[in-house]
Amino acid sequence: MTSRRLPDGGSWIDRSKPISFRFNGVEYEGFEGDTLASALLAKGVIGGFRSPILGRPRGIMTAGPEEPNAFVEVSEPWFDPIVAATMVELVDGLVAEPRAGVGRLPAAEVPTRRREHRHRHVETLVIGAADEALEIALQSAERGDRVIVADAGRYLAMDPHAFDKWDRDPEFEALLSSAAAILVPRSTAVGLYDDGYAILIERLAPMSDRLWHVRADRVVLATGATARPVAFTGSDLPGVMLTDAVLGYRSRFAVVSGQRGVMLTTCGAWDVNSMPWMAEIDFQSIISIGPEFRESQIEPSSRSIEVIHNPKSVRAVGNGKLQEVIVIDDHGERSFEVDVLCMLGGWNPNIALWRMVGGGTRYDPWRACFVPDGSGPPWLEVIGKASGDNRLPETTHVAFVPAHDYSELFVDFQRDQTVADIRAALDAGLTSVEHVKRATYIGTAIDQGRTSGVLAAAIVNQLLGAGPDAQGPTSARPPAVPVSYTTIAGPDRGDLLDPIRRTRIHAWHEEHGAVFEDVGQWKRARYFPRDGEDMDAAVARECLAVRNAAGVLDASTLGKIEVVGSDAAAFLDRMYTNRMSTLAVGSIRYGFMLGLDGMVVDDGVAMRLSEDRFFVTTTTGNAAMVLDRFEEWLQTEWPELRVYCTSVTEQWADVAIAGPKAREVLATLDTDLDLSTDAFPFMTFRDGTVAGIPARVARVSFTGELSYEVLVDGRRAQELWAAAISAGEPFGLTPYGTEAMHVLRAEKGFVIVGQDTDGTVTPDDLGMGWIVRKDGSDFIGRRSLRRVDTGRIGRKQLVGLRSDELLPEGAQLVEEDTGRIPMPMIGHVTSSYRSPALDRPIALAMVERGPDRNGQTIHAPLPSGTIAAEIVSPVFYDPEGTRHDG
Amino acid sequence: MLLVRCPWCGPRDEIEFRYGGQAHIAYPDDLDGLSDEEWADFLFMRDNPRGPFRERWYHVHGCRRWFNAVRDTSTHRFIATYRLGEEPPA
Repeated sequence: MTSRRLPDGGSWIDRSKPISFRFNGVEYEGFEGDTLASALLAKGVIGGFRSPILGRPRGIMTAGPEEPNAFVEVSEPWFDPIVAATMVELVDGLVAEPRAGVGRLPAAEVPTRRREHRHRHVETLVIGAADEALEIALQSAERGDRVIVADAGRYLAMDPHAFDKWDRDPEFEALLSSAAAILVPRSTAVGLYDDGYAILIERLAPMSDRLWHVRADRVVLATGATARPVAFTGSDLPGVMLTDAVLGYRSRFAVVSGQRGVMLTTCGAWDVNSMPWMAEIDFQSIISIGPEFRESQIEPSSRSIEVIHNPKSVRAVGNGKLQEVIVIDDHGERSFEVDVLCMLGGWNPNIALWRMVGGGTRYDPWRACFVPDGSGPPWLEVIGKASGDNRLPETTHVAFVPAHDYSELFVDFQRDQTVADIRAALDAGLTSVEHVKRATYIGTAIDQGRTSGVLAAAIVNQLLGAGPDAQGPTSARPPAVPVSYTTIAGPDRGDLLDPIRRTRIHAWHEEHGAVFEDVGQWKRARYFPRDGEDMDAAVARECLAVRNAAGVLDASTLGKIEVVGSDAAAFLDRMYTNRMSTLAVGSIRYGFMLGLDGMVVDDGVAMRLSEDRFFVTTTTGNAAMVLDRFEEWLQTEWPELRVYCTSVTEQWADVAIAGPKAREVLATLDTDLDLSTDAFPFMTFRDGTVAGIPARVARVSFTGELSYEVLVDGRRAQELWAAAISAGEPFGLTPYGTEAMHVLRAEKGFVIVGQDTDGTVTPDDLGMGWIVRKDGSDFIGRRSLRRVDTGRIGRKQLVGLRSDELLPEGAQLVEEDTGRIPMPMIGHVTSSYRSPALDRPIALAMVERGPDRNGQTIHAPLPSGTIAAEIVSPVFYDPEGTRHDG
Repeated sequence: MLLVRCPWCGPRDEIEFRYGGQAHIAYPDDLDGLSDEEWADFLFMRDNPRGPFRERWYHVHGCRRWFNAVRDTSTHRFIATYRLGEEPPA
């Protein structure tokens, strides 16, 4: 295998640092600064790739993110299921193999690249270092602007003026750095968004990625232009390369793409002799496609290279790689033995970023490409070749070379789609490029159609007989380059994915073997298994302890809001269905909050601390929503009300002691409160001390049992909890979790908003019309309770279900199981548990005209068989409500 | 991502805000005088113009204040933001 690396040169590589890597099972050596593609090319390895659908041999065609062929899986030292070899920077021990089409995710854990995110605000963001980009960056930086310059290159300061030079300019780099501009080499803009927001991905050596989130006052796109392919027979053979890639490999990596070549161009007779980076290729011929218009511009050459004008056909042939180019013109057929074909079908300005923020384009007939039309957002400008300026050579708009078989003219190499496939889509009646894209999938593969998109549009225009300006390429959308989800996630993975909220008593729960469940962001103790108990056994024990002795629950996650001000009572009257203004100081009232549409959105209790001060609770998951709701109404509708709302959820811990022995437990806990029912009745609260800790004790009950919720400063919660556990021991006080809490409340028919309701349920639907005041004064949702639909007969209403088998939650209910699907469904199960107190399954359900069907048997048809259930009152336990005073 | 100019805090990223729908729709005074149709119109019906649109925004992860904005729905551009109680710009 001949080395194609020249002994000198290569602005990106460091020859003092050789790097070993393995590709397709073979060991190779490259240099630091190489890409996998350049290192392979240096060893003469151009192919080894296959097209995903037809399995045709394919090779490295480009030197950048536009690569349509050379995709690899990287397995060491990090794992990437599929990535272009042109975008992999060589590191020691790199292991890669060809991978066509789609990547494969291994089942086992794989090494990933390290990811980080960085956020910056700047005055000027320059994307791409082409043309005058660096001058603009330097001017801005010297003005005192914060500046970021991002470019895909390994170094930023290249010669900014020429197509054919990518040399470093250390002087420029130093100037920019001293002006405090942030230089971000090896980066690509993933997306450009409204108001100057850009996301860049920076590939940091050796193996980490950094995602930049940049907000800029001004964004300058100097993204240059990329050579466009031409469709001709055999154009997908390894050895056919885009001209700018050939130039790039030579200048950056000192790699010569071939020994003998031809050039195929639509830009007139491109004078390869004037290109120093082409000097080592022995060109046999220049094939000029389309009407000749630049002949006069050809400089005299030191070598004489034959120019073939407008041949009738061009075929690249070879066994697995390019070996011969056969040209037929008026003089007959000629054949050239070559190993590289430099292809140049004109230049595409790189304007995907411009287009994705709404920038328009116009067709430039001289350069046969779509260029920015100046209609983009005011903060965005495009300069240099990306703007289509006159550094782009003129070209004809020929998209493909005539051939007798269009199915040999490949357009999208990743989708293996040809001119014939486009023709078939047009023959089927499609005329829009967008439709052709969806019919052929051109442009939808992992390379996102960077080389094929503009070409496909041009072919559609040509085949339809329309002008080359008729249709441009399909819409540009982020991401402009592939980005892995792990990069987007950055550090927000695992425990950092979402904040975890733990109560002040969490450590005790953990020490005592609690099984936790997620409730919103909270971790709540679900049950406390003992000695090998499963969940059912633990929950049954905990439930029976509450019914027969006493239990203690960490209820600290309940949302808590203090509502303060001279209009606090009037405000709460408007927010809740029942009247809070008549609540006596020291008393508690349970309330429903409705949406404007009359549907239940939350419930909780309100305690009146003083004339102008209330303490309201919300469900755990709705705490933020309720506070936002309060704020919205206060700010937008009733700014005249003097009310302030403060979240105090985390300031107060809440320890609920429930059960017939709750009073004894509390009494043992050294409290100065008179716990007698007369002095401290149900639905009141008292401030005092418990276990020597200042406490607010509330007599509310979510279990139906005598119950005290002891609220203390969160910092003393563990102390209170420990004291309660120790004082409660003689009484059989048992810690219980949220699962037992759910069972206990369901036995009492207490609904959980969000479980038994789903946003379509009114208080009447829950059989709780008593909670809605009827005095005509307004509250949110009141008017909707008079809507025809809200009062309709046949709405789903809350019932209890008695069955022999446990009904699954969510099960649909029918009157009779007719055995024929579909059956009219009359409701669904919302809550279902095995009741330890009743020693049988119980369920709550929403059933059409439910209470009217009391005593009827309905059915839940399930894959495992049909369960019959009798409709009963939702209050299964202690229907007389005699137990809450103990 | 939009840059939203909170009238209290200045320009901030869109993720700090919550969208609040059409602005300047007052909660009706005489609810009981409204027909079901009129109530439903207040409850459910909102304009959906192409072009300038007056809408509510909430700086939920910032100063927690509601404010109003005029935004062009076809370009996403904010024409103005203004505090509650202030007149919308002409």
